[in-house]
Amino acid sequence: MAVQNFQVDDAGMPDAEELRQLFTLMVTVRHLDLSAVAWQRQGILPGYAPELGQEAAQVGSAFAMDKAVDFAFPTYREMGVARTLAVDMVAYMATHKATWHGGLYDPKVSRLAPIQAVVAGSVLHAVGWAHGERLAGRAGVALSYFGDGASSQGDVHEAMNFASLMKAPVVFFVQNNGWAISLPTEAQVAGGSVAARAAGYNMASVCIDGNDVAAVVNATRSALAHARSGAGPVLIEAMTYRRGPHSTSDDPGRYRSLEAERIDAGMDPLDRLKEKLLSQGIADEQFIADAWTAARAEEETLRADVMALEPRPGTEMFDYVFTEPTEALAEQRRNWREESEHV
Amino acid sequence: MSEQMMSMQQALNRALADTLRNDPTALILGEDVGTLGGVFRVTQGLAKEFGAERVFDTPLAESGILGLSVGLAMAGFHPIPEVQFDGFAYPAVNQIITQLGRMNYRSRGVFPMPVTLRVPSFGGIRAPEHHGESLEALFAHVPGLKVVSPADPQQAYSLLRYAAGLSDPVIFMEPKARYWQKAAVDMDTTQSPLGARIARPGKHVTLVAWGAMVARCLQVAELAAEDGIIVEVVDLRWLKPIDEATLTESVTRTRRAVVVHEGPRTAGLGAEVAALISEHCFDTLKAPVERVTGFDVPYPSGDLEDEYIPNIDRILFGIQRVLEHRRG
Ligand SMILES: Cc1ncc(C[n+]2csc(CCOP(=O)(O)OP(=O)(O)O)c2C)c(N)n1
Ligand SMILES: [Mg+2]
Repeated sequence: MAVQNFQVDDAGMPDAEELRQLFTLMVTVRHLDLSAVAWQRQGILPGYAPELGQEAAQVGSAFAMDKAVDFAFPTYREMGVARTLAVDMVAYMATHKATWHGGLYDPKVSRLAPIQAVVAGSVLHAVGWAHGERLAGRAGVALSYFGDGASSQGDVHEAMNFASLMKAPVVFFVQNNGWAISLPTEAQVAGGSVAARAAGYNMASVCIDGNDVAAVVNATRSALAHARSGAGPVLIEAMTYRRGPHSTSDDPGRYRSLEAERIDAGMDPLDRLKEKLLSQGIADEQFIADAWTAARAEEETLRADVMALEPRPGTEMFDYVFTEPTEALAEQRRNWREESEHV
Repeated sequence: MSEQMMSMQQALNRALADTLRNDPTALILGEDVGTLGGVFRVTQGLAKEFGAERVFDTPLAESGILGLSVGLAMAGFHPIPEVQFDGFAYPAVNQIITQLGRMNYRSRGVFPMPVTLRVPSFGGIRAPEHHGESLEALFAHVPGLKVVSPADPQQAYSLLRYAAGLSDPVIFMEPKARYWQKAAVDMDTTQSPLGARIARPGKHVTLVAWGAMVARCLQVAELAAEDGIIVEVVDLRWLKPIDEATLTESVTRTRRAVVVHEGPRTAGLGAEVAALISEHCFDTLKAPVERVTGFDVPYPSGDLEDEYIPNIDRILFGIQRVLEHRRG
């Protein structure tokens, strides 16, 4: 029988200590995100894709992972996921500094695949990796991040069909942030719901409030447990909102008004968590202020390190093409050196 | 007056508007081409002027965009799809090769494919991965496709108008690094849109280039002139079919040729150009045709972009090699 729905109980709800950790992470990510936009304006980065407004979805989902065994496949916008997984953020920002496309972090150690510029480029990889984990008798689950726009790509259909047939341990984590550059979800997703598509693949799915970090942690924990148990993949559609531009070269004024933005964005996920912490007595104002102080300190160090990041030596262009370079490539490398040394 | 100063982005926009006006079957489709006017604003204002039926946003799926275009062409329309960046033509490559390039053939001419695929192309803008690639050799290799690349606003206007009037599929490669440079454009030019063009006459060596590399070769020609080397620059324009007559005529005079492109060297289009020149000018050539190209490496990140794209020095070295070559 088709799994029409994925029932999430409250077993995976974060406790008070975890909520405090989540808040600290979300503040760190928020401050870093706003700073990265500023760095771009200051000429430190050539470009950046802000995650503004997606902190709960990104931090919450990555927080639920078991870093010892699980593996995340990001797009270009998952800075919050990277930070939650404690990826070296200078090495992460290297992609935006135009130092190295995939970033300079070690993806294996970081449990985060290289940054992916191709929309839907990595969704099938997550399925393949997950299937491999099963074959190897390991417990890992793949977390595949993609957007509402990516859901239109043919590869996503292939990935879901494969995953469900193979019962691959994958969690498809869709951040439906309302937009794919200038195209709103209504014009992108026929039927309006990516989660609804799972039924056709006989796959478990759930649509959640992606701006409620506790709900995100809880749903992702259940989905990971379901996938890990061998029951097959799960699709989580986290409803959120891209509060910023698509990237630092985008101008949202061309396709949405500030008024519509204000209405559609709803309440800021960070403010929501803050209210919850304060009203439930989980944290006080001092705790909140300390989180911001720590975030600012982290950003200052990071900015200095990102600025100090030097271009990679040109020889690296050649060195990572093959494990065993061809003679033709070796010759191009030699010629390049000679000609560039003259300059 | 028909001559106006405009950027390549404006010239392309103008060519699309004129095409939509003159050809009621013309349609523009792609990601963000409607309301936004394209990420490079090439389709800016067109949805407003010609309506959302003729200029429309598609879901984010390049194979879908090309497959839909093939079907629209079968229904008698003239689609002008855009893929947002060169590297995102890859998801559409199956449709381009297995369908677009051979539907006319498969249907024995019943379904011609008047599809003009616009592809913002090549590097030079420090962009993320796959936002700057050189796919001309790949496309030129596919039977049934024609390939063209403008080097300046005038070429952009003339070539796009012409390509959009053809009943065969054309891959139209726009050098994105040149989108914003302005130059005079004569909308009623009598210059032929066919074949190559001598962008600068010379006599000691012929530089063959296309797209953004034409401007760079013109700079090189300026510098070389200071040393008394008179460089001819051929803007190839059509990468398929290649204008063999213009190449032959030029190299027969200069007796030396250097071909310059951004794409990787091995099996790059430079190899085809060098082979054609060798075939036609074997007896007059004073040196083997030199290739100054990108390397056989993935297009690097912005920091290393200038190391990858042929720069002025590397082109000058290429010229020096053909000038100093002595036949055994
Ligand atoms: C295959 C491919 N096509 C086009 C692009 C250009 N592009 C980059 S992001 C984007 C929109 C993606 O929207 P969505 O999947 O919703 O993710 P979001 O940007 O909202 O995080 C587009 C069209 C690309 N990177 N890859
Ligand atoms: Mg989106």
